[in-house]
Amino acid sequence: MIALKGVSREFQVGDETVHALKDIDLEITGGDYVALMGPSGSGKSTLLNVMGCLDRATRGAYLLDGKDVTGLSETELALVRRHRIGFVFQFFHLVPRLDAAGNVELPMVFAGVQRGERRERVAKALDSVGLSHRARHRPNQLSGGERQRVAIARAVVMGPSILLADEPTGNLDTHSGREIVELIERMNANGLTLVVVTHDPAIGRRARKTIAMRDGLIVNGMG
Amino acid sequence: MSPLDLALFALKALRGHRLRSVLSTLGVAIGVASVVLLTGLGEGARIYVTGELATLGSNLLIVLPGKVETSGGLPLIGGVPHDLTLADAEAIRRRVALVTRLAPITVGQATVSCGSLNRHIPVLGTTSDFQEIRRLRVARGEFLPPGEIDRGSPVCVVGTKVQRELFAGANPLGQTLRVGEWRFRVIGVMAPKGESVGFDLDDIVIIPVATAMKVFDQTTLFRVMIEANSYEVLGSVKGQVKEVMIARHGGEEDITLITQDSVLASFNKIFTALTLALAGIAAISLTVAGIGIMNVMLVSVSERTSEIGLMKAVGVTQRQIVLAFLAEASLLSAAGGILGLITAQVLVRLSVQFLPDLPAQVPDWAVMSALFIAVGVGLVFGVWPARRASKLDPIQALARR
Repeated sequence: MIALKGVSREFQVGDETVHALKDIDLEITGGDYVALMGPSGSGKSTLLNVMGCLDRATRGAYLLDGKDVTGLSETELALVRRHRIGFVFQFFHLVPRLDAAGNVELPMVFAGVQRGERRERVAKALDSVGLSHRARHRPNQLSGGERQRVAIARAVVMGPSILLADEPTGNLDTHSGREIVELIERMNANGLTLVVVTHDPAIGRRARKTIAMRDGLIVNGMG
Repeated sequence: MSPLDLALFALKALRGHRLRSVLSTLGVAIGVASVVLLTGLGEGARIYVTGELATLGSNLLIVLPGKVETSGGLPLIGGVPHDLTLADAEAIRRRVALVTRLAPITVGQATVSCGSLNRHIPVLGTTSDFQEIRRLRVARGEFLPPGEIDRGSPVCVVGTKVQRELFAGANPLGQTLRVGEWRFRVIGVMAPKGESVGFDLDDIVIIPVATAMKVFDQTTLFRVMIEANSYEVLGSVKGQVKEVMIARHGGEEDITLITQDSVLASFNKIFTALTLALAGIAAISLTVAGIGIMNVMLVSVSERTSEIGLMKAVGVTQRQIVLAFLAEASLLSAAGGILGLITAQVLVRLSVQFLPDLPAQVPDWAVMSALFIAVGVGLVFGVWPARRASKLDPIQALARR
């Protein structure tokens, strides 16, 4: 479960202070499915990054599964990301020199998971996204939809409790996009908390909750 | 994560930019090879020179006329040094205990002829002990006969080259050789020995020292070589020789005593310094190689910015990112180090083949330190790029595609 209390995020751009997030209060319960919507620059990506511990709030408190992560060190935050959070990006961010299995394996390599166990979990993760037959293909040998599925397998391989997706269909055709949405919704159905940043109203309608943002503020009631 | 996983990850990353990796590895290889090669040659020169000196024997004491001040300061004023005479040599032999052999030496240049053939070569006057002191072997006939130092007979021993040139390779034993105006009967031919400390012992005529003093009309000896019973008593022999000579020369210490180990030690020092200087010069190329590695790593970091962002997103710690990039840099430099070592060894072998006189060899310390330095260079020059990578802001890094 995610709880933000009075979270603000400010950037210094030249002499100007940009208020990307203004005093946000938000709670997302475990297993929920939330769409974050709003125009560019509304602060939705910043909010996602703060929730994913890639960014820190300037003010306010962030409780993740009941634990305050606001004051954690860089290393502690890295460990939180490693074990609790999975990321899916618009541009997949696969490592080009590694094949699909290598990309899925990557988080486990740095987490110190044993080789044998890694192989099993890679196979399972690739199977869960329907790409077992593509394990030895490099990213440039895969279609956009397949790449995003590899990225999803990588995001869930460490068994996180939250999946954060930043425009996961933004770089895909409608058909592949639908498949990806169905895939992450299936993972949500298995208990993973799902937060999707999107421009696509269709996804917004599918989510259990939609949060609309503008100018760093949440502008709708949680609905 | 395990060191093996780290190394494999780094290796895969290096394979991602193969040409750049190979080129920077070559840079390190050249640096290491030049360090190792130059030390090997310097070491070879040292071994050659000290080996040459060591053949003279370590329990040898050499007496030179005149005092050579080696410790600096003003030379002694007053008193022209006394001659070092045959009588001095005889006195040392009689009064100093534990002297096993003693060879007074005088040297001159003379025209040596046999029939119509002649050569202008060094003529060495000494005694029978000289043969053992210098470990000379006689190929034919015999060396100078033992006997009183001051008794000189008209006999000579010639080097192989003299035999070849003046006797056309024929048996010279019993034949007459003219040295200047003097006639000598050839009683022996020395086995080939080659150059030794500046003397070509193959192109030389050896005659009894007392005769040589007359031939060259000299009053002072060139030097006296003394062989002590053992290396251990060399110090006491040296002291006694000094006493005897001071007593004989009216209380004045006007001789110089040289032991081989002091010569050896100073040559050793000189050549070690020379070798280190060569290594130092070569080390500059290692530094250049290090900067090459730094460059490659910096390019790698900026090229892989989005990968670094991704690594951060999946929970790779800053420390692990530093380690991953350091592993890459040190793999590059270690590979270069090994390649350089192999190259240097091959070149050293070749040089030994073509220059057998110079026993070039790579000392173990040079091998070890070259490898350590190579990896060290990788680490030192890899730190900055690695830290840069670890400090990247993940959000900005991920914004790159």
